[in-house]
Amino acid sequence: MTVQRNFMSVSFAALSQNEAFARVAVASFISHLDITMDELEEMKTVISEAVTNAIIHGYDENPEGVVHISVRIDEGTVEVVVEDNGKGIEDVEQAMQPLYTTKPELERSGMGFTIMENFMDSLEVATAIGKGTTVRLTKRLSFAKALQN
Amino acid sequence: MSLRIAMETRQDVLVIRLQGELDHHTAEELRSKVDDILRTPQIRHIVLSLADLAFMDSSGIGVILGRFKQIAARSGEMYVCSINPTIYRIFEMSGLFKVIKFRENEADALLVLGVA
Ligand SMILES: Nc1ncnc2c1ncn2[C@@H]1O[C@H](COP(=O)(O)OP(=O)(O)O)[C@@H](O)[C@H]1O
Ligand SMILES: [Mg+2]
Repeated sequence: MTVQRNFMSVSFAALSQNEAFARVAVASFISHLDITMDELEEMKTVISEAVTNAIIHGYDENPEGVVHISVRIDEGTVEVVVEDNGKGIEDVEQAMQPLYTTKPELERSGMGFTIMENFMDSLEVATAIGKGTTVRLTKRLSFAKALQN
Repeated sequence: MSLRIAMETRQDVLVIRLQGELDHHTAEELRSKVDDILRTPQIRHIVLSLADLAFMDSSGIGVILGRFKQIAARSGEMYVCSINPTIYRIFEMSGLFKVIKFRENEADALLVLGVA
């Protein structure tokens, strides 16, 4: 078994067309791992959720905003951090409730955090009003779990 | 890859076939295209055919539920078919199958709605 450690980071404007870019960038960075198709789709989905939240909620779709993503691979565990310097979340516990959204007028479903929790092993949110939000997600890939056993 | 939207009406049924990726960026176009057609009062049901939809996140849930509410107000039904496994789990998690009916494929859905 080869020891795998790797890191990347990327920053981009808070524009909705960059949501697809973010998914592709992260997917191609981790695609050399022994990752299943389902795991790769799950990773793309959670990246999309966190980046969309930064753009819509963090920056209220102001394209001057900058979204930062970093990905760390450590022997079969993938850690993704998505960060914005936007408005922050007042009540994180409430925000994480399924179906809770502060933008129903935009037809948001309120399922973003629920999907992140379900598709990943861990989800941590650090936030400060007027400073921004950092979402940290980790997932241990199935090939690593198999090697362990 | 972005989203390609193909629509066909059969009597009171609107068939929507999606190809590509449905996210916050592409949801807006889907919303406005479908809402344009829904101005036709004859349309009561929607069949969402997702065989070629490679990606969808919770923005897709929002736009689908929004259209569902409109046809539910006309006592219509929504059917969704041919969903990939990851998207299926997102539908399940969101409780969408409580109101939207799942069929294996488009032909099945059209048959139930009597427009096959
Ligand atoms: N990066 C962020 N900055 C500010 N608020 C956020 C951020 N991410 C999430 N939120 C808040 O948490 C709520 C729930 O997020 P989510 O579960 O993704 O649902 P949705 O995006 O559909 O509203 C949002 O409506 C918003 O109020
Ligand atoms: Mg969201």
